[in-house]
Amino acid sequence: METLVTAAQVEGLISDLTRQILADPDIAADPGRLALVGIRRRGEIMAQRIGARLQRPGASPLDIGALDITMYRDDTVGIRPMTIPMGTVMNFRLDDRPVVLFDDVLHTGRSVRAALDGLVDFGRPRFIRLAVLIDRGGREYPIRADFVGRNLSVPPAARIRVYLKPTDPCDEIGLDRDPAAGAEEVCR
Amino acid sequence: MNTLPPAPERFIWNRSHLLGLEDLSAAEILAVLDTAGALREVSTRSIKKVPALRGKVVVNLFFEDSTRTRSSFRLAAQRMSADVLDFSVSTSSVSKGETLADTALNLEALGVDAIVIRHRSSGAPHAVARVVRCSVINAGDGGHEHPTQGLLDLFTIRQTFAPRGKKFSDLHVAIVGDIAHSRVARSNLWGLTRLGAKVTLVGPTTLCPDQFAGLGAEVSHCLDDVLPRVDVVNMLRVQFERLASAAFPSIREYSRYFGLDEARLKRCRPDVLVLHPGPMNRGLEITSAVADGPRSGILRQVNNGLAVRMAVLYLCIGANSFAAKEF
Repeated sequence: METLVTAAQVEGLISDLTRQILADPDIAADPGRLALVGIRRRGEIMAQRIGARLQRPGASPLDIGALDITMYRDDTVGIRPMTIPMGTVMNFRLDDRPVVLFDDVLHTGRSVRAALDGLVDFGRPRFIRLAVLIDRGGREYPIRADFVGRNLSVPPAARIRVYLKPTDPCDEIGLDRDPAAGAEEVCR
Repeated sequence: MNTLPPAPERFIWNRSHLLGLEDLSAAEILAVLDTAGALREVSTRSIKKVPALRGKVVVNLFFEDSTRTRSSFRLAAQRMSADVLDFSVSTSSVSKGETLADTALNLEALGVDAIVIRHRSSGAPHAVARVVRCSVINAGDGGHEHPTQGLLDLFTIRQTFAPRGKKFSDLHVAIVGDIAHSRVARSNLWGLTRLGAKVTLVGPTTLCPDQFAGLGAEVSHCLDDVLPRVDVVNMLRVQFERLASAAFPSIREYSRYFGLDEARLKRCRPDVLVLHPGPMNRGLEITSAVADGPRSGILRQVNNGLAVRMAVLYLCIGANSFAAKEF
């Protein structure tokens, strides 16, 4: 696997995304009602890490949810082998709130479409913004991100692998040119 | 250089049918429990539905009376957005002499994706699974198995003991009552022993024959001896409808020796979990004080049953659809 983004650069992307979110005038207008939701698993980690930076001292803790989109995908039943879902953890409602949705890599747009379906089951948000670490292009659905860490152009068959602490032992984003091969080597 | 260990093989569920727990590996049982754990949250939402099985059709084919299992499967299918067809035997051609296989094939010709079947004959779901291409889920076959009840009991046990740091292999479970006629006892026995728990079957000699010791469980005819040693007491219903002859002299005598009341509960460990598959004969195998008391997990069982059945429908219909695409 070749490294695309080093640990230090991942930290930079997280900071940059945090700045972009803070600079959004609609979010800045009502920071107390902001809710963050990450697509499991690494979108969830992004939401937690960026949430820690967005947390204002003395304010009540930001609502951060974790969305499992398995049950909302357009390709689960009959198209993919049946894996075990992780489950959704959303202990709050989204009605009339600004929401930022997090995913690690934006590619076809199908995951985000599924996530939007999932989100609205928890209420009617005032608006939803999308934040991604990597936008690799290759959209199949009309979806775009509002906050992007980095745009990358990679071969269609290649896979971008994102590792984020604390669930992974390190921060790193790499390019796996042969995803079928399996061996993963990270954190050089 | 720091190299990650190879990613753990993601578990893939391959079964189109759930016919019994006897066939399942420990990994498969845990996969259902984990899926149920993930799906449990759906029932806590204001919109209690996910679109995973949209466009799929589940038929409830019940040849025996059932209210809770049938309702639970129906609601589970609806929470996964499947359409549900309720097939009542009394209003069907079965009463006109149609065979089980023909009934199943006719339902399949209507385009159903899963048949949930309850039948008084052991092996009926297996027979159906041999002739249809859709998924078949056993909702109780004679005295053989009731796998979703076994799974929801396992789920409730894990939900209770996992937060206390206990695994199945740390647990000792007593299954008490009419073991001979009980499909719930068999499914529990297969599931629990597969996951490493110790099982003791308890009942009068007429309802709990010593031959059951051959299935990997202890057999006892004295409840008072067993109670102080176990973590879970699963009280079975006395099934008057299945008792061919008088298996015990009187209800009062059964209740005196094998009923769970408050005095007996005091013999148990303070954190014991009391289960009952329902419907209860209050005052016979269990008193109201115990059934409604703090050690009881009975209503949690009902609640967990919904999530377990959502998981089973999701996994089996999904695996069957995937297998159909592959070939």
